[in-house]
Amino acid sequence: MKRALLSTIAAGLVAAPALAQEIAPTQVAWEEEVAIPTPLTDAAPDVENGKVLMNKGAGNCIACHQVTDLSDLAFHGDIGPSLDGVGARWSEAELRGILADAKRMFPGTMMPSFYRTEGFVRVGEAYTGKAKEGEVTPLLTAQEIEDLVSYLKTLKYQ
Amino acid sequence: MKIKAFLATAGAAALLASGALAQQTGPDDDNLVVNGEIDIVTDAPAPEHLEYVRTIYSGWRFRSDETQALQMDDFDNPAFIFVDQARDVWNAEIGTNGESCAACHEEPESMRGLRAELPHWNEEKGEVYTAEMYINDCRTERMGLEPWGWDSGDMKNMTALIASVSRGLPINVATDGPVKEAWEKGKEIYYTRFGQLELACANCHEDNYGRMIRADHLSQGQTNGFPVYRLKQAGLVSKHNRFRGCIRDTRAETFSVGSPEFVALELYVASRGNGLMVEGPAVRN
Ligand code: HEC
Ligand code: HEC
Repeated sequence: MKRALLSTIAAGLVAAPALAQEIAPTQVAWEEEVAIPTPLTDAAPDVENGKVLMNKGAGNCIACHQVTDLSDLAFHGDIGPSLDGVGARWSEAELRGILADAKRMFPGTMMPSFYRTEGFVRVGEAYTGKAKEGEVTPLLTAQEIEDLVSYLKTLKYQ
Repeated sequence: MKIKAFLATAGAAALLASGALAQQTGPDDDNLVVNGEIDIVTDAPAPEHLEYVRTIYSGWRFRSDETQALQMDDFDNPAFIFVDQARDVWNAEIGTNGESCAACHEEPESMRGLRAELPHWNEEKGEVYTAEMYINDCRTERMGLEPWGWDSGDMKNMTALIASVSRGLPINVATDGPVKEAWEKGKEIYYTRFGQLELACANCHEDNYGRMIRADHLSQGQTNGFPVYRLKQAGLVSKHNRFRGCIRDTRAETFSVGSPEFVALELYVASRGNGLMVEGPAVRN
């Protein structure tokens, strides 16, 4: 309650729009089954945070992908293709679709589905090895997906 | 549909382009001779039941030269401290009536050959048996002792001793007959994509061995070197412990060490190594 009150005051002060509207993983509108034209949140993406997520947290994209732009970081994996130039190869809607649920674009792919909450076998509580209790949350939040999409869009050149 | 077809082409082009960049580092070409006398075959034609793999490789072939060297001489192999401890336990009169392992089995060398064919069908018990299960039967039924924990130090030491006397013998576990059902169950587990990351053993160890996942050089996930001494953990690691770690890393609820699921998986994974040689206790990073 306190929080809500505070943010109302804050919003009032800067006359900002209401709290960010998000599209839940189960409510995503897919185009041609593989792409997502509408951003998952109406909050502005943070491209710098997108870059951080490439290497951290539940993103950890460079575990599987090489990215020249991130060559200051050690140990890029080579399970998936290099992401150099992905911003030119794919549209924003396609990149969002690949991040949210790569198995639609690439059936059977090893790439995890970062914005999906259903259809798993024996979901655990993060990396504890114990069963997950309660609702499954997506690997990345709507905001984090948008941050990553905005970063991937900067990768224009091979 | 049109978009999809176009995308497939674009994706293929991207894959080709990146192929040139990727460091395709498979197994190396090194030869493993232990103590200057035990020649160990570290690659072999894949057993017939493997559909997608032509050659099988020991995990040793994927490790750095420094880690490999530690396994080439028992004086350098940190696991042999534990093998020696197990030898002492083997000879000790620890049973409630003064029984020792040695009293029934003579030298540990009498176990030569066993490690190569485990897990196997135990006719009397009507179940697939691992080394741990045999050891605990001796303790409880013949020595009047409490069973050792599957992952206890004593147990890992003893399985390391039993493995060590079979080094250089080809892995040869049965896949049909009475073990068929367990083998099928193990195979199903191997190909199931567990957890929120939806990864199967096969994703890492069949489709991508030789590649890097972050800093890890993926091997075929063979078990011929188990129990292994892991430098990172500074201790022996059992097969089931390794399985549990790999499944945990998929953000899944794992099976427990010693569970029927892991015994079945142990059998199936061992059979993927039929033709490699017993190396345990091996050294890994
Ligand atoms: C466990 C491995 C893995 C992880 C982790 C992973 N990916 Fe992927 N990714 C793949 C694979 C494999 C492909 C190739 C698709 C296929 O299977 O054909 C791929 C394809 C892609 C593509 C399409 C590339 C192209 O040029 O066609 C993009 C974009 C992408 N991944 C972005 C990401 C991002 C961003 C993350 C992290 C949030 C990530 N990936 C995490 C394995 C992974
Ligand atoms: C996300 C990737 C991943 C998955 C999925 C995975 N593993 Fe592993 N596994 C690894 C890595 C990394 C290592 C350490 C390097 C190596 O030996 O491949 C490893 C090592 C092993 C080893 C030790 C091999 C040796 O020679 O020391 C075994 C055995 C093994 N895995 C079995 C399995 C089994 C069985 C499964 C499925 C239940 C599985 N793994 C699933 C990544 C994975």
